[in-house]
Amino acid sequence: MSKILKDLYYSDDHEWVKVLENDVVLIGITDFAQSELGDVVFVDLPEEGDELVQGNEFGAVESVKAASDLIAPISGEIIEVNEELAAEPEKVNQEPYEAWFLKVKLNDSKELDNLLDHKAYKEEISE
Amino acid sequence: MENLKKTSLYNKHLELGAKMVDFAGYNMPILYTSIKEEHQAVRNNVGMFDVSHMGEIIITGAQAQSYLEYIFTNKVYDLNPGEIAYGMMLNEDGTVVDDLLVYKFNKSEFLLVVNASNIAKDYKHLVESSDGFDILVKNISEDYSEIAIQGPEAEKTVNKLLNINLKELKFFNYDQYEYGSHRLLISRTGYTGEDGFEIYGSSEAINQLWDIFIDGGVTPCGLGSRDTLRFEANLPLYGHEISGKITPIEAGLKYFVKLNTDLDFLGKDALLDQIDNSLSRRVVGLELSKKAIPREGYKVYKDEIEIGYITTGYYSISIDKPIALAMINRPYTKKGTKISVKIRNKMVPGFIRDKKFLKDRK
Repeated sequence: MSKILKDLYYSDDHEWVKVLENDVVLIGITDFAQSELGDVVFVDLPEEGDELVQGNEFGAVESVKAASDLIAPISGEIIEVNEELAAEPEKVNQEPYEAWFLKVKLNDSKELDNLLDHKAYKEEISE
Repeated sequence: MENLKKTSLYNKHLELGAKMVDFAGYNMPILYTSIKEEHQAVRNNVGMFDVSHMGEIIITGAQAQSYLEYIFTNKVYDLNPGEIAYGMMLNEDGTVVDDLLVYKFNKSEFLLVVNASNIAKDYKHLVESSDGFDILVKNISEDYSEIAIQGPEAEKTVNKLLNINLKELKFFNYDQYEYGSHRLLISRTGYTGEDGFEIYGSSEAINQLWDIFIDGGVTPCGLGSRDTLRFEANLPLYGHEISGKITPIEAGLKYFVKLNTDLDFLGKDALLDQIDNSLSRRVVGLELSKKAIPREGYKVYKDEIEIGYITTGYYSISIDKPIALAMINRPYTKKGTKISVKIRNKMVPGFIRDKKFLKDRK
């Protein structure tokens, strides 16, 4: 059974968004996503300063078997990239809700309304 | 999923919690726990694969040997009973119908082990190529199950768990063994680049052996690790490095083609012509200079020019590098040639290298 945390927002593309403060969020992939992908070997991410646009592809998670596109769950400017993932991509499998990919400053916090809460996400993955 | 075939070990896979996929019309395990762990079990210890989906075809008849010499790229006449040859069957134009193992029982009886995805096509090709030969082609794929025990500890493990001593069995040889009331055919062959065995028997026998190996601690391995292992060992996969559009010369498999003999075989003229006049591309090794993964189908460039495509590529589990096999146009096939691979619209730099990936192991 996949783990789902209560206080996060979720996208249909199996990413989570955690709101920190002042419209700053962390983005990662869900337990369900990492389990479907299998052994993650590389996370291909954009750079600090780049812009995300909700719904647009911004990188990929590569497991042994396949590359899976990352779709931006929200729009905003990347203010930090988790450099630890370059050396330890397996963290994505081990602790999917700790191994964040990007820290982003939201353009418009109303975009969060387009995402799912934990209950809706649970339904989404049980279909 | 209703029309998918199942091997006799299907329920064993489900019991072990395997993730199942559609492969060549069969519902097969892609992994049990993790491709990486299964891969490492085979490289460092011992693993077991269900390969019952592979096709088995028997050729019998007074002219079986001369027929095989005609349809198979490798030499058959100098095989002794008990020996096996790897090679290919070709179309008239030199492209590959399938790659296969030929087990010689005697001059008038041979076992062909072919790819699951090609069984029907191979059978048709074999029958259509048999005009003028007094032989019989019989597809016995449904009658046998097969497991592969692979890894440096394979010999010891079989000895310990089955009490069968395979020390004297040489690479690419087979023999018949009794196990309880069962008869097994065991060959020292595999598809991983490690020592190991392929065991053929009745479904009942193979199910019994599967349980013994699992209970004895052998790691069950799925198709995912089968592919990462064979790729690192530069073993071709039909539909990737070889296909109905690729010749053995282009695939770099000339070693398994008896061009240095007077023996005639189907496709020979086309290959000779290609060598003399028109070899325009070749499968080579490729490595990326930064971390990214060169996947199958990605395009390869020299400056702005498209010069080929990736046939198989991974972030190598054994050597910790992004490497690939790629079909590259000449003259860009030379080792050291700087190239780029287009990955999600980005050009990632790399270079052409040898295909002996495993020699980079630390």
